[in-house]
Amino acid sequence: MNPPPVSLEGLQFGYGERLLLRGIDLQVRQGEVLALMGGSGSGKTTLLRLIGGQVKPVAGRVCVQGEDVATLGRSGLFRLRRGMGVLFQQGALFTDLSVFDNVAFPLREHTHLPESMIRDLVLLKLEAVGLRGSAALMPAEVSGGMARRVALARAIALDPPLLMFDEPFAGLDPISLGTIAQLIRSFNDALGATSIVVTHDVPETFSIADRICLLADGRIVALGTPAELRASSDPLVIQFLGGRREGPVRFHQPAPALAQDLGLPS
Amino acid sequence: MDRIARFGAWCLAQVVSMGAGARLFWILLLASPAALARPRLVIDQLHVIGNRSLVIITVSGLFVGFVLGLQGYTTLQRYGSSEALGLLVALSLVRELGPVVSALLFAGRAGTSLTAEIGLMKAGEQLAAMEMMAVDPIRRVLAPRFVAAVVAMPLLAAIFSAIGILGGWAVGVLLIGVDSGAFWSQMQTGVDWRSDVLNGVIKSAVFGLVCAYTALQVGYSAQPTPEGVSRATTVTVVASSLAVLGFDFILTALMFAST
Repeated sequence: MNPPPVSLEGLQFGYGERLLLRGIDLQVRQGEVLALMGGSGSGKTTLLRLIGGQVKPVAGRVCVQGEDVATLGRSGLFRLRRGMGVLFQQGALFTDLSVFDNVAFPLREHTHLPESMIRDLVLLKLEAVGLRGSAALMPAEVSGGMARRVALARAIALDPPLLMFDEPFAGLDPISLGTIAQLIRSFNDALGATSIVVTHDVPETFSIADRICLLADGRIVALGTPAELRASSDPLVIQFLGGRREGPVRFHQPAPALAQDLGLPS
Repeated sequence: MDRIARFGAWCLAQVVSMGAGARLFWILLLASPAALARPRLVIDQLHVIGNRSLVIITVSGLFVGFVLGLQGYTTLQRYGSSEALGLLVALSLVRELGPVVSALLFAGRAGTSLTAEIGLMKAGEQLAAMEMMAVDPIRRVLAPRFVAAVVAMPLLAAIFSAIGILGGWAVGVLLIGVDSGAFWSQMQTGVDWRSDVLNGVIKSAVFGLVCAYTALQVGYSAQPTPEGVSRATTVTVVASSLAVLGFDFILTALMFAST
């Protein structure tokens, strides 16, 4: 039996004394789109960084394809990462390379394909994200939404079995948002891959995800299908999905009374 | 007690920083032959680092040559040896001013550019993206720039010296009227290829290595914020300039102390 694409066991992570993640247990299933949701600072992006081996856990294990990421050396980590495609929050396109060269980058670095074949592959990837006509542009010449689509094409350039998306919908207009969401779903299905999507966007995520994992206070507070989460009676799930100000998650961070800070009589 | 603990933490941070710096230098040295195996990357950087520094190098070299011609003539004529002007200008440039001034200009022009570029790549998560694509940014981004800078520096210093000599000739011969034959023949007999020219080339290669390493190391370890990158570029200029002057003294003592 194949190991799960990603498995987190008793995972803890923090900076100094402050723990950001406190005992995360999660198995990502083969072929699913799993959405990681939660408030800002709940540790969603950190979880992606832990899976990618960019940071190491304080305790617990992160296993990718059955391999404990924290125990791997640099070459082992690089071998594992060749099977990952990551879409960074801001796209992280190489600003000195054109759109075409950005998508060609992983192919040129990791394969010995002839340039003619690389050209065909890059054009196909760009066609998939609707940007074949923008191949010659530089990253500074494309909009934020287009840059995200180029980064998406680059992330799938090597057809990786594990795809990770960090806030793919942030700051996008409704058309780009819907397009990117559908692209994530269709790439996942077409490549037979497994996808982890970190996002805040409830409607789009619920339309494409197989399961949703809701994080709060460094823990998983809800895990299930979109239908299961919609039916949940957990006040935190209800507050998050409904975007309500009142609920277990406080909008205001702890602070002295406003009158006291302003020097007014209470 | 708190102060002692803070001092201890500071010392520890400095040791860690020095270790990381030494490790980066070692990796850059090891990665340099591999960078040469992808000449396109090095050539692109040679263009950015070397070619785009040509204007400041040639203009500065010309004016330094002008000043050397004027100052040299004023001093030499007091002793009735103004025909030695060519020798004075050439030795000053080839041994000292060529390598040192071009390295200082290089640190200001190309060094800051390298630091800002690497720092901004870090701030824009480009280096992290490269790592996640299983591509080592030190080998792919830093090493070609390092090799290009080490190659470009002696060439820029040579151009600086050549232009400077022409500047000294223009002022001394064309403007003041020093004998042209004496100017060139004194230079020809007085400048030694090995002890003067070769040592100057070695100096500038060392300065290129120092400037490139400083710029790349500072950029690579910069805080990934606008303030961090801004501070890093300043650190590059100051650290590179001081390192060049320090190494110049050491190399001069080693090369010319016995002559």
